Amino acid sequence: MNNLFVYLEIEDGIVKDVSLELLTKGRSLAKQLNCKLEAVAIGYQLENIPKQVFPYGVEVLHLADDKRFVPYTTQPHASVLIHLFKEEKPQIALLGATSLGRDLGPRVSSALFSGLTADCTSLEIGDYEDKKAGKVYKNLLYQIRPAFGGNIVATIVNPDCRPQMATVREGVMKKEIFDPKHTGEIRRLEVSKYVSDQDFVIEVIERHIEKTKIDIKSAPIIVSGGYGVGSAENFKLLYELAEVLGGEVGASRAAVDAGFAEHERQIGQTGTTVRPKLYIACGISGQIQHIAGMQESAMIIAINSDPNAPINKIADYIITGRVEDVLPKMIKYYKKNTK
Amino acid sequence: MSFNIVVLAKQVPDTRNVGKDAMKADGTVNRAALPAIFNPEDLNALEQALRIKEKVPGTVVHLLTMGPVRAAEIIRESLYRGADDGFLLSGREFAGSDTLATSYALSCAIRKLGKIDLILCGRQAIDGDTAQVGPQVAEKLGLPQITYAEDIIEITKKNITVKRRLERGVEIVKGPLPILVTVNGTAAPCRPRNAKLTLKYKHAATPSEKQESGSDYTDLYDAHPYLNITEWGANDIEHDPKWLGLSGSPTKVKKIDNIVFTAKESKRLTGSDFEIESLMKELIANHTIG
Ligand SMILES: Cc1cc2nc3c(=O)[nH]c(=O)nc-3n(C[C@H](O)[C@H](O)[C@H](O)COP(=O)(O)OP(=O)(O)OC[C@H]3O[C@@H](n4cnc5c(N)ncnc54)[C@H](O)[C@@H]3O)c2cc1C
Ligand SMILES: Nc1ncnc2c1ncn2[C@@H]1O[C@H](COP(=O)(O)O)[C@@H](O)[C@H]1O
Repeated sequence: MNNLFVYLEIEDGIVKDVSLELLTKGRSLAKQLNCKLEAVAIGYQLENIPKQVFPYGVEVLHLADDKRFVPYTTQPHASVLIHLFKEEKPQIALLGATSLGRDLGPRVSSALFSGLTADCTSLEIGDYEDKKAGKVYKNLLYQIRPAFGGNIVATIVNPDCRPQMATVREGVMKKEIFDPKHTGEIRRLEVSKYVSDQDFVIEVIERHIEKTKIDIKSAPIIVSGGYGVGSAENFKLLYELAEVLGGEVGASRAAVDAGFAEHERQIGQTGTTVRPKLYIACGISGQIQHIAGMQESAMIIAINSDPNAPINKIADYIITGRVEDVLPKMIKYYKKNTK
Repeated sequence: MSFNIVVLAKQVPDTRNVGKDAMKADGTVNRAALPAIFNPEDLNALEQALRIKEKVPGTVVHLLTMGPVRAAEIIRESLYRGADDGFLLSGREFAGSDTLATSYALSCAIRKLGKIDLILCGRQAIDGDTAQVGPQVAEKLGLPQITYAEDIIEITKKNITVKRRLERGVEIVKGPLPILVTVNGTAAPCRPRNAKLTLKYKHAATPSEKQESGSDYTDLYDAHPYLNITEWGANDIEHDPKWLGLSGSPTKVKKIDNIVFTAKESKRLTGSDFEIESLMKELIANHTIG
């Protein structure tokens, strides 16, 4: 009762990173709250799920196994969560802020009348005082997220309604194995009690999901370009530098919107969060939505023609100059000094 | 065969163009400095509705928005582009609504509109980027949902077939009517205003607006009933007051922080050959690269 639940997102039998990241975060929140970490897997042929998630410290794993749960459609998964949450009364429920999680979460929160905060960038435990009602709530989930186009950061709480629900984007939390040998309890749900035939109204006719080829999240070095790079043609310089340094190319939203780079490369609040060893920001002004996704990089080099670009505030090295002049020099001198 | 369609749309501050004066000195948002616009993805939703109306004569497209008196602007904008009529849900009772209270109020208003075959909304509103209102309205009405629509491939008396755009792919799904569909920004852009319709609806107004302007056009509105934009307050919809506004909102804002960065101690370089070469040597020496 009153534990912390994580919904596991599964693709081709593999639990997605975003869910493992939430388990890692969930584990530490549960420890603070002195409650258990539980996980829910809804899918088909789930035999391989336990060994994927127990190392992350899951204490109770609920399995709802039925052929009809794959591919995902909203209502069957929502019904399982709604009924399970009514029985188990979790205090917190976390989902990935993925296309799936953001389709499922609101449906569940609406049915349970529980608040949901989308796209949190940080989750903490703390108290809340409702001055008007003269009440103090202990140990609530602080759901922290940028608001208003990222110009402010809001801390949201759900004082009275349970579960306190939040979605978090992939890459925002860190994924860390708790104990490779850890195991927990498995509870198999009797599916017919949780879903009805009427839930299966959406028919998936065709489905093409591309495997991500671009992996900017785990790249140790990222050469990232913004609108200031000027063109897709100029982006080639970034690819060249990334290639010689053994890194990946990232991009700001303005660069993606302008068609200079693929959407998968977008870094920031509505893209991926990255923490590379080295982040080279080329022609990126450094708006908060971008910085939100890269400020934890160990070292930041900013190349910008504007000596007062906001990105400079968080940079270790500020190179004031034009991308098209600076990058060829970096490539040249890197090659010269590593031969 | 024809359809009754409701498009849900919201007027939002244009957070994409936050200028310097958008933040007040105390770090709070100066809403007055931000232009109010038609939420971009709601325009994509409107376009999908108008396409169905074009293909299936007799189809009626209603626009529904909840917001302040000023939000009637987006209703007029929709009329200019081809919507049949608009409804503004407005009043003190709705103040302080989070997504759940908003969804509840919208769902009560939709019920009042009678038999509806299709509800279209944007994927998300740019003021909060939550993408919650669509699915929550569907749940409140007990309807199925299809999110992230890029294209409505087919609509028949019974079913709708939709191409969905997901993070890493596409899906084609089919669902039964009535249904709620949320539309992505990748869907077709909305058609521009139609000159004839703009002329026709220029004076369309809500009762509050007529009152505010103080001008006496009673004859005009009596002669052209289509110029009356319907305005509903809480009393006009069947509802339970505990689910509206603040009391219907489980989420509370604990605090708002301005974003401040503590400037790092950084080295400034000019980009000369010498400086770039020293930088590369330094990075190689400390194993950042190489
Ligand atoms: C809700 C919301 C979510 C968002 N999410 C994201 C997100 O996830 N990621 C993201 O990146 N943005 C996001 N944004 C957009 C963000 O606010 C900025 O608009 C965007 O990051 C700006 O990109 P940019 O720095 O490439 O472009 P600009 O702001 O146009 O900056 C271009 C920079 O290039 C410099 N420059 C120009 N020419 C040259 C040259 N030849 N050489 C060197 N420098 C040059 C200029 O001095 C300038 O600093 C979001 C916005 C909103 C409202
Ligand atoms: N106040 C509102 N009035 C009408 N429609 C709304 C309102 N708020 C949200 N919506 C609809 O719900 C979608 C998602 O909104 P949101 O959950 O706020 O991101 C929007 O694109 C609109 O179509």
